[in-house]
Amino acid sequence: MAETAHSEGGLVFHPLDQFQIHPLFGDGPISWYTPTNATLWMALALLAITLVFVVGSSARALIPTRMQSVGEIMYSFIHNMVEDVAGHDGARYFPMIMTLFLFILFVNFLGLLPGSFTPTSHIAVTAVLGFGVFIFVTLLGLYKHGLGFLGLFWMKDAPLILRPIIAVIELISYFVRPVSHSIRLAGNIMAGHAVIKVFAAFAPIILISWIGVIVTPVSILAITAIYALEVLVAGIQAYVFTILTCVYLKDALHPGH
Amino acid sequence: MELAAAAAMGKFIGAGLAAIGSGAAAIGVGAVAGNFLAGALRNPSAAGSQTATLFIGLAFAEALGIFAFLVALLLMFAV
Amino acid sequence: MASTTTEQASEGASGGMMPQLDFSTFPNQIFWLLVTLVILYVLLSRVALPRIGGVLAQRKGSITADLRAADEAKQKAVDAERAYNDALARARSEAGKIVAEAKADIQKDLAAETVKADAEIAVKVAQAATALDEIRAGAADAIAIVAKDTAAELVSALGGKAETAAITAAVTARLKG
Repeated sequence: MAETAHSEGGLVFHPLDQFQIHPLFGDGPISWYTPTNATLWMALALLAITLVFVVGSSARALIPTRMQSVGEIMYSFIHNMVEDVAGHDGARYFPMIMTLFLFILFVNFLGLLPGSFTPTSHIAVTAVLGFGVFIFVTLLGLYKHGLGFLGLFWMKDAPLILRPIIAVIELISYFVRPVSHSIRLAGNIMAGHAVIKVFAAFAPIILISWIGVIVTPVSILAITAIYALEVLVAGIQAYVFTILTCVYLKDALHPGH
Repeated sequence: MELAAAAAMGKFIGAGLAAIGSGAAAIGVGAVAGNFLAGALRNPSAAGSQTATLFIGLAFAEALGIFAFLVALLLMFAV
Repeated sequence: MASTTTEQASEGASGGMMPQLDFSTFPNQIFWLLVTLVILYVLLSRVALPRIGGVLAQRKGSITADLRAADEAKQKAVDAERAYNDALARARSEAGKIVAEAKADIQKDLAAETVKADAEIAVKVAQAATALDEIRAGAADAIAIVAKDTAAELVSALGGKAETAAITAAVTARLKG
């Protein structure tokens, strides 16, 4: 990275610097309780969710205000999704899934503000979410169905000879789930932000060389386009994470089918 | 230093090869979305109930592209 | 290698590493993530979601109640219209009956009067007929008397002697003939 940066004569590529975690106050080492920029943006997401869902709905109006309407739309969206995918008894876990969805959605959207920080672009955060869901769902399945939960890997309608092979494949794919679940979210967010930053690094080329007359407008247009795509991705990744959680929950509640 | 230069070159080449995976994932995502659209146009009334399946399929196809991207990033910045 | 120059380029950064793979920040991130998630979960499950769910259920209830009330009102309106139509039909049929009765009465009266008038007319006709007969009879007698008288006068005027019996017989014979 550094070699390309310096050979361009002043252009600096640091697409990953935006993911740096640093303490909010002072410049000391980061221990486990130090408030960092990650803390700040998670707290801001919490604040925004509180604003929409607690303050916005405080009137309990029968005819909703705009804020309450937003909250109600998200509520019924996720509630319908949980009931459709995980079944009627999945509705018990609706608050948990709603928490995941709102956290990811608001962190993603706040992370799109220029100069902000996106906690969901970090593997540490998404791995906790992904493995948390995985462990919860596995324990729930074992608790509800005991050893019958293992029937998830034993395909009853496959030929007997193929069943052990399928079981191994199913087992591997089951344990890959949390990995792909968490890396998908972090990777998507990280990739989008890094691409925006790469195009942004090309934008000031007009200050250095005449070729910037072409490159600068193109890169600014590209930033705009990628930004629009990232707005879409921010929503879709929250949706995908949530719906996959619902699918895993369904597997735990009804391993038979 | 010769060895180090070769290693640096190797990891950039590796990162570029890994980036091919992103294109392959794009083909996969396109296949999922295209087939969904073809099916939805044949039977639009059934399409609405299958959007969740569509997004799950898209997510799985896209995850592999993200893995490729991650491998490229790891080669570039972590190895 | 590239990492030496990068370290100088990005100050405070942890080498050429991705910040995502800087394991020294993991405990911090995980700690604050868990704090955020727990606060969020408590906030949502205790305050926000029951409230919004309550509002949605209340709205659904009030909408169905309103729809039911509207249905009832519509049913009432339909009933009222039917009752009105029934009353109208009944009034119409009653009016028709009254008209028919009045017509029948008039018809009856008319018939009775006609019968009476017919009877009176018949009586009058009969009287007139008898009167006419009497007059006719009276006229015949008078003619006979006048004829006899005239014959007697004629006979006497011609210088004959009027024999009453002969004249009467002759006149009667002539009148009959």
